[in-house]
Amino acid sequence: MLKLINIHKCFAKGTSHETNALRGIKININEGDFLTVIGSNGAGKSTLLNIIAGTILPDKGRVRINGQDVTNKEEHFRARFIGRVFQDPLMGTAPSMTIEENLALSIKRFGRGLNLGLNKLNREYFRNKLAQLELGLEDMITKKVSLLSGGQRQALTVLMATMFDPKILLLDEHTASLDPEISKKIQSITQDIVQEKRLTTIMVTHNMQEALRYGNRTIMMDRGRIILDVSGAERENITIDYLLKQFSKLRKEDYIEDELVLV
Amino acid sequence: MTWSLLVHALEQGLVFSIMALGVFITFQILNFPDLTVDGSFPLGAAISAKIIFAGGDPFIAVIWAMFGGVLAGGLTAFFHTRLKFTNLLSGILTMTLLYSVNLRIMGKSNIPLLGKVTILEVIQSWFPQLSSDQLTPVLFLFVVFSVKFLLDYFLGTEIGMAIRATGDNEQMIRSLGVDTSGTKIIGLCLSNGLVALSGSLFAQYSGFADVGMGIGTIVSGLASVIIGRSLIRNRGSINWMTVSVIIGSIIYRTTVMVALRYGYRLGFQPGDLKLISVLLVVISLTFPSFRGKIKTIILNNGSNGVENE
Repeated sequence: MLKLINIHKCFAKGTSHETNALRGIKININEGDFLTVIGSNGAGKSTLLNIIAGTILPDKGRVRINGQDVTNKEEHFRARFIGRVFQDPLMGTAPSMTIEENLALSIKRFGRGLNLGLNKLNREYFRNKLAQLELGLEDMITKKVSLLSGGQRQALTVLMATMFDPKILLLDEHTASLDPEISKKIQSITQDIVQEKRLTTIMVTHNMQEALRYGNRTIMMDRGRIILDVSGAERENITIDYLLKQFSKLRKEDYIEDELVLV
Repeated sequence: MTWSLLVHALEQGLVFSIMALGVFITFQILNFPDLTVDGSFPLGAAISAKIIFAGGDPFIAVIWAMFGGVLAGGLTAFFHTRLKFTNLLSGILTMTLLYSVNLRIMGKSNIPLLGKVTILEVIQSWFPQLSSDQLTPVLFLFVVFSVKFLLDYFLGTEIGMAIRATGDNEQMIRSLGVDTSGTKIIGLCLSNGLVALSGSLFAQYSGFADVGMGIGTIVSGLASVIIGRSLIRNRGSINWMTVSVIIGSIIYRTTVMVALRYGYRLGFQPGDLKLISVLLVVISLTFPSFRGKIKTIILNNGSNGVENE
């Protein structure tokens, strides 16, 4: 379904800020997989999603979706395969447009024409979809999105990202900036939709509990590499403690490296 | 204030409101400060004046003028989306080169259209029972509202909504499968096509085309957009926004004409027009926050005085 072949990405090459965000990422994600991604800040998790979505292009390596090489395809082209929810609730919706207009933007991923974006039929459809979220959004369908709370906007974004039945759903810490209550709600909405549509999903998270609770496969990233990749029975037996230990082990190595540099 | 002054202000306000709708598309909808307008307005005037002066069909002249405007917008879009120039620089480049283009088209700096057959004369001949003072405002009202309703419809289509989303949240609409270079190209072409239409109608209405007539167009367009926005509170729907632009344009022209007619009492000269336009923009831009501050002072409710968008 999704294949990354030896992806390298370096930012600010040749300057003192040079960062090797991704260093030889190789991964093959099967149809229907739900992959959770953990790693500390700067591990390359967001860069990984940006490479898949086409927001940035890799320096080296290939990206394949559904057997098609999309390495040099632009983001708007890949949108026909990919639905995406960002960490920042402000990023996934158009604030000065209404809820129904935002939803209307999400039904087609290509081939937009001169048909009216909103009609009686799709308004009714949107209302039903919104009612399933149980956030009361179906009654404010003509309100501007800028009036919504972060949680409501994020719920709307999840709906928009999955409206078109994407081949791959990318979730970039999409509940991290919300308060715990609404965060739980958004997570459960997401899981329901993923299960109902059997979406291949990649979810980046800071929360290790979430990383193990959801999905069927987990990878841990560090400094642009995948350092742990577990699924199936092996994953069942992994505890949060184990993951934390892996993290602290890495930090220790960091410390040693720093020491070497200082000496 | 005389009746004829008001009629003239209304006519001018309507003609320029088509230009203001173009500015509305770029500044408000696309969030793209497009300065091409200062060149595409006289471009529309120049093309149609050239054709009409040579005895051509004035309706064909209007169509060619719009086509020229679309090309001008396309060039700015090319600079920005293909050559990756900033939006301001792209507009400035096109605006500047259009000055030379306009001179080339006209062959001289001014073409008078007195005694030539303009669309106003053609349409006048269809309604001999009406005087031109009655016909012109009605005709302009018809043209402006046709443009308005077509624009409203377009902005509600799938492509139109994608253009609006481009100005609102570009990253988001790209992730929903829209090539934002494409939406910018369409928006800029459409905008400058309307601006050139406005220039063409203005040249035929005022009886001349001048290579310098575009100076400050962008400021008056902006003034109309901003005045309209600050007066009409309902900013929600496109229908209301376009109406507010038209009303803003009429208010702006009326203010300018009153200032020109009676301003001498305050010591203004005709040359101060551009200065007055900028003052109007500044005042109307700060008006909403003034209103917010006044409200805060009156109610003393401790809010920061900034209105919620």
